[in-house]
Amino acid sequence: MKTWQEITSLKNVKIWVLIIIGLFLLGIPLFASQFLNYLMLTFFAYAITVIGFNLLFGYTGLLSFGHALFMTVGAYTAAFLTGKFSVLYMEAILVVAVIISSILAALIGAICVRYIKIYFAMLTLAFGMLFYTFLLKFYYLTGGDEGMRVLRPYLLGFNLSEIPKMQYLTRSYYIYTFVILVILTFVMWKIVSSPFGLCLKAIRDNPEKAEYLGVSVKRYRWYAFIISGAYAAIGGALLAPAIGQVDPGLTYWTHSGTLVFMTLLGGFENFFGPLIGGIVYIFLQDKVMSLTTYWRFIFGAILAFLVIVAPGGIAGVVSSLVKKEKRDE
Amino acid sequence: METILNILFSGVFNASTLFLVAAGLQVVFGVQKVFNLACGSFYALGAYFGIVVVKSFVAGGFPKPLFIAPLIGAGLLLGFIGPIFERGLIKFVYGRDETFQLLLTFAIVMMIEDVIKFIWGTSPQTMGGIDLVYGQLNVLGATVPVYNLIVILCSLIIAALIGYILLNTKFGRIIRATADKREMSEALGINMTLVYVKVFTLGTVLGTLGGALVIPATAAVSEMGVELIVLAFAVVVIGGLGSMKGAFIGALIVGVLKSIAISTYPELEMLTIYIIVIAVLVIKPQGLFGGARV
Repeated sequence: MKTWQEITSLKNVKIWVLIIIGLFLLGIPLFASQFLNYLMLTFFAYAITVIGFNLLFGYTGLLSFGHALFMTVGAYTAAFLTGKFSVLYMEAILVVAVIISSILAALIGAICVRYIKIYFAMLTLAFGMLFYTFLLKFYYLTGGDEGMRVLRPYLLGFNLSEIPKMQYLTRSYYIYTFVILVILTFVMWKIVSSPFGLCLKAIRDNPEKAEYLGVSVKRYRWYAFIISGAYAAIGGALLAPAIGQVDPGLTYWTHSGTLVFMTLLGGFENFFGPLIGGIVYIFLQDKVMSLTTYWRFIFGAILAFLVIVAPGGIAGVVSSLVKKEKRDE
Repeated sequence: METILNILFSGVFNASTLFLVAAGLQVVFGVQKVFNLACGSFYALGAYFGIVVVKSFVAGGFPKPLFIAPLIGAGLLLGFIGPIFERGLIKFVYGRDETFQLLLTFAIVMMIEDVIKFIWGTSPQTMGGIDLVYGQLNVLGATVPVYNLIVILCSLIIAALIGYILLNTKFGRIIRATADKREMSEALGINMTLVYVKVFTLGTVLGTLGGALVIPATAAVSEMGVELIVLAFAVVVIGGLGSMKGAFIGALIVGVLKSIAISTYPELEMLTIYIIVIAVLVIKPQGLFGGARV
């Protein structure tokens, strides 16, 4: 039998908090408005993307300014499969998205991981823009700047086309996306706390030393690139049916900037930072956009503030406050 | 023959403004080691401000053909925003990780884009074809607007001027010394703060001037900065980060390629440029003239 102390020990408390937050998020459709549900749905899709992105940015120390590329690959996979090939099974879409994005990430990554810092950022930006112009110019294939429509996919083999659209999105699709987010977050947690994840951190902090200790730096960076690419594709594939329409703007370099912004806002040094950043970004954007059309200015100012004053993001600020509290005691 | 000449001229015209923005990017990267994404936004601001100044110049009853003078004046004058951004934001991230420097300039891009929308709205703005006041010239059967030739000339003069400043003046020597070894120049008693302000202002002026010069021949839209920065980025990558010679050659390559692609295979326009960028980064990441200082 477990003692009371064991149950309330710090590690268990954290797990309980996570479970409660999880149940709360799952329960939102029961009481919140449809619009709020819809925002949450977008958040789930972005959350998967940024949590993968942070494996590259926060854990490996590589800033990709073209990561939206993989998100777009996922989104267009959903559009192609549902629209052109009449494959409506969401599971099939996700599998295909992961396969395509992994192959693409393996190819692009093989080139990119040879460089770090500014050169890595520039190369990824160039690839993102290459894909953007491809989508834009080959309009007979991709619909050009109008993009493509995404049909409503089956979930777990069930054809749900009878239910009204918003109900489908905010109930069945909501839960479906949420479960995938939880699974993928758990997998990512396992990845970063595995020896592999520790190697990535070692590479970030001191690549020469890591290499000296026998860690193949480039190979590990490459793995991280592929994993984060696959995560982004899953995020994109899940986002596509929610927005119903995909267009090349998804892979424009400023959208990649948005992903970096979310990660930085929440805190790239914390495992849950990107998730916090994603939810704050999406709700804040909605709020600010309803107040003014000049939301970019406000977000630019927030980003500048973050970079200069609080590079650790929300999670960084909170953890430093907690530490201060402890010191004062 | 005529078409080839036409393509070539429009390519060189593209290149001339592209060079100015890229040169602004290079000089700041060379000295401060900050990759300034906001260069494109300065270019957009220069364009809009140029329109305002020229329109009021014409409305004031001044002769139209003289519009080039206030246009250049507008570009130069707007450079004063350089010190504001440098002192107000950029100075806080010197010595920080490149990632954060890049993100800070991205924040400036977001802010300037909305400032433009706030002041000038979202509809495209033009000068109403004022550049045609100079007429067109027949060069070996190809018709070229004279204004475009003036811009090309201006750009060449500025390029020569930058070259002269960098190589033959005290300020130029300080810039090159700082780009090479910052600590050493500081130890020799150079006021770094002042150098940084001056260099950033120079970078800004090059951007705003580029925007002001290009705008009589085209239309200003609020996204032009975001679009141009990726081109300028292609230029500096091809030419080599931090190299002025690289900016010059890179701008020519990108400008001419762009106009060739537009007139032959429009689908491939930007695609070819990005493929070249990636090829250069893969084969020779320091660029064609990398390693050479500013």
